[in-house]
Amino acid sequence: MSTSVPAAAAEVRGRAPQPPPPGRRRPRASDRTRKERNLGWMLAGPAFVLMVGVTGYPVLNAVWLSLFDYRLTDPGARSFVGLGNYATILTDGLFWRQLGVTTAITVVTVAVEFVLGFALALVMHRALVLRRALRTAILVPYGIVTVISAYAWQYAFTPAQGFVNPLFGLGGFDWFGETVPALVVVCLSEIWKTTPFMSLLLLAGLAQIPGDYLEAAEVDGATAWQRFRKVVVPNMKAAIMVALLFRTLDAFRIFDSVFVMTQGAQGTETLSFLAYRQTISRVMIGLGSAVSVILAVLVVLIAVLFIKGFKTDLSQQRGS
Amino acid sequence: MGSTGRPGCRAPGRRPAAVRAGAGALAGALLVAVAGCAGADAEGGPPALTWYINNQNQEALAERCSQEADGYTIETSLLPASNAAQREQLLRRLAANDRSIDVLSLDPPFMAEFANAGFLREFTEEEAAELSEGVLDGPLEQSLFDGAMYIAPFYGNTQLLWYRRSVAQAAGLDPAAGPVTWDQLIEAAEQTGTTVAVQGLRNESMTVWVNALVESSGGTILADGQEGAPADEVRAAIDSEAGAAAAELISRIATSPAAPPALSTAGEESSRAAFQADDGGFMVNWPYVWAAFAAAVESGSVPADFLDDVGWTRYPRVDPGTPSATPLGGIGLGVGAFSEHPDLAVEAVRCLRSEQSQTEYMLAAGDPAASAAVYDDPAVREAFPMWEAIREGLVDAAPRPITPFYGDVTGSVQQSFHPPAALSPETTPARTAALIEGVLSNDRLL
Repeated sequence: MSTSVPAAAAEVRGRAPQPPPPGRRRPRASDRTRKERNLGWMLAGPAFVLMVGVTGYPVLNAVWLSLFDYRLTDPGARSFVGLGNYATILTDGLFWRQLGVTTAITVVTVAVEFVLGFALALVMHRALVLRRALRTAILVPYGIVTVISAYAWQYAFTPAQGFVNPLFGLGGFDWFGETVPALVVVCLSEIWKTTPFMSLLLLAGLAQIPGDYLEAAEVDGATAWQRFRKVVVPNMKAAIMVALLFRTLDAFRIFDSVFVMTQGAQGTETLSFLAYRQTISRVMIGLGSAVSVILAVLVVLIAVLFIKGFKTDLSQQRGS
Repeated sequence: MGSTGRPGCRAPGRRPAAVRAGAGALAGALLVAVAGCAGADAEGGPPALTWYINNQNQEALAERCSQEADGYTIETSLLPASNAAQREQLLRRLAANDRSIDVLSLDPPFMAEFANAGFLREFTEEEAAELSEGVLDGPLEQSLFDGAMYIAPFYGNTQLLWYRRSVAQAAGLDPAAGPVTWDQLIEAAEQTGTTVAVQGLRNESMTVWVNALVESSGGTILADGQEGAPADEVRAAIDSEAGAAAAELISRIATSPAAPPALSTAGEESSRAAFQADDGGFMVNWPYVWAAFAAAVESGSVPADFLDDVGWTRYPRVDPGTPSATPLGGIGLGVGAFSEHPDLAVEAVRCLRSEQSQTEYMLAAGDPAASAAVYDDPAVREAFPMWEAIREGLVDAAPRPITPFYGDVTGSVQQSFHPPAALSPETTPARTAALIEGVLSNDRLL
C-alpha cells in the first residue's frame, strides 16, 4: 500500500486550513486581515456587481417569464399561469424523450472522450520528440467552430456525396434517416471535436504530479499499471473532475451539431433544441423560459453531483 | 451579400459626434450610438430605405429603383437562406420595434402572424386595389389577411411535375396528354425501375407537400374561417379522409422501390439530384430547377441532351376525378410597421414589384412572377418554355393555412408527417390534428 501514500498526503494537504472546532468562537481577525478583506471587496466589488447585473437579471427574468403564457406575436393574450408551463413540459412525452437523447449523447461522448483524452494526454506528456508539434496537432479539432465541424461531418456521411459510404462499402446507407445512426454521427463529431479539450485539462493534471512520487513507486517495484492506478489517477482527481464536469455540462447543452445535421428530425432533438424551438421558433417566451429554467436546474444538479461524488473541494486546490 | 455592413446602421458618419456627445458612461454611449443609427436624412440628401431581401438577385432591383426614384434610395440587407431562419430574424427584429426595416421580403405563410402582431403596415384600400391589379389568384390570396392586404405580391411560386420523357414513354404514360395521378407515377416508376423524387425532409417543404395532397383531395389542414380565432380555439380539420389519403400516399412512396435514396432527408436540391441521376424518372419541384438543369448540362454533370428528355406538366392529382390543388410559394413585399418612412416605402414597393421588375427578376432568379402580364413577355416565354404550366399552377393553387399561428401549425404537421415511411392513414391525421390543437392551446410541446 506504500504507493497510495502520496495520494493520502495530498488529501491532508488539501484540508490544510482546518475549520475551527465547534463550540468555540471564531478568533477575531487581525486589523491586517480585515483591511485585506475590505480591499479585496473594493477591488472585486464592481466586477461582482456587473456580473450579478448581466447574469442575475436575465436568469431571474427568465424564471419570472416562465410563469406566463406569453407569445411574442400575441402580447395581448399574455396571462399568468403559475407553474402551468412546467406541468405542460413535465407531462409531455417529448420532454422525457429528449432528456433521454441528451443523456445518452452526454454519457457516450464524455465516456469515450475521457478514455481517448487520457491516452492523448499521456502521449503528449511523455512525448520526447516533436512535443510542440504534437500538442498543436492534437488541438486542431478543438480550434474549429462547431457549426463548421458539424457540416464537415454531415457532408462526409451524406449518402450521395460523402466519402464514408464508399470507403466502407455501405452503398446508399442513409446515416441521417434513422435515430441511432444519426446519433452515432452526432456523437462522433462531438468526440472528434472536444477530445482535445479533455486531454488538455488532463494534461494539466498530469503535469502537476511530482516526479518523485512516480520514482518512489518505481523504486518500490510498482508496475506501470500500478503506478497509473495508485499514483497518477489519485493525484489527478481534481483535474479529472474538472475535465469530466466541464465536458458533461457542455455535452448536456449540445445544440449546434444536431441543428446542423438533422434539424432535430429522426428523434435526435436534445433539450437545448426544445428550448430553442419554443423560444425562438414558436416565440412562446413563457414556455421556452420554463424549458430553459429546467435545463439550468439540471445543469446545476449535474455539477453538484460531480462535486459531491468526487469529494473534491475546488476552492481548496492550490498549485504545487 | 447585403450592401450595408450593419443593417440597422446607415449613417456611420454621424457616429463619432454622437459618441462624443454621450462621452463617458457606457450606457449613455450605447444609447446615443443606437440613436445615431436611425435614418440618414438628418445628414441632408434623400433618406435611405432598407429592404430585407431573401435572395441576392433582388439587389439589382433595389439599384434600379434607387436610380429611378428621386425621393429615396434603397439599400439591401440579405436574410438567411432558409425561410424558417428568415422568419426568426424578421420576427425578432420587429418584436424589438426595429425601425431599420422599411421593406421586407416575406414568405406569405408567415404574413398572418406578422400582421396579427402589428409588425406590418396595412396597405390602404386604394394601395391594395392598385397592387392587386393583374395579379394571379394564388399569389393574391396569400397576401390577404382578415380582408386586408399586408404584403404586395412580388413573385409566386408553384411546383410542377417534371418527368423524363424516355421513362414516361417506356412506362406507356403520357403526362402531357392529360392529368396524371400520383398512383400512375408510382406504378410507372416501379415498372421502369426509376424514382419519384419528392421532398421528404422535415422542414417547410413537408408542409407544402402535405397541404397540396390534402387540398387536392378536397380537404384542409385547418377548419375554414378561423383567421381571427384565438390560439386555443383554432380547430384542425386534417383528421379527415383527405388527411388519410395524404398519409397513405406519402407512406406508399416512401416504402416503394420508387422512393429516391435518403427520402426522409431530401429537400428540393436532393430531389433534383435524384431526378438527374441515371434512375431518375419523375419529380415534383419548383420551376427554378429548369435553370439548374441547364447549368448541370453546361458543367457536364448530365448528358448534353438531358434537357430534351425533360418534360413538365401540372402537379399530379390524388383523386383521378379532382383537379390537383397546386403547391404555392413565393414572396410578398411588406412595409415594416416601425419604418420612419412608410410612404416612401410604399413608393419603393410599387417600383420593386412593377411588371418590369417582376420580369427582370424572373429572368435573373428563375422565380415566377405574380402578375399575369409578365407571362406575355416574349423573353419570359423563351426562357421558361413551361410558362403556361406555371401560370396555370399559380391560378389553381392552394395556399397553406392562413393563420396567425402558422409557425405552430407547420411545426406540428412536420413533426407528425415525418418520417415519411412511418405514416399510417388510420393514425397520422388524428395525431396531427391533436398535436396542432394541443400545441395551440399550450398543452403540448413542439
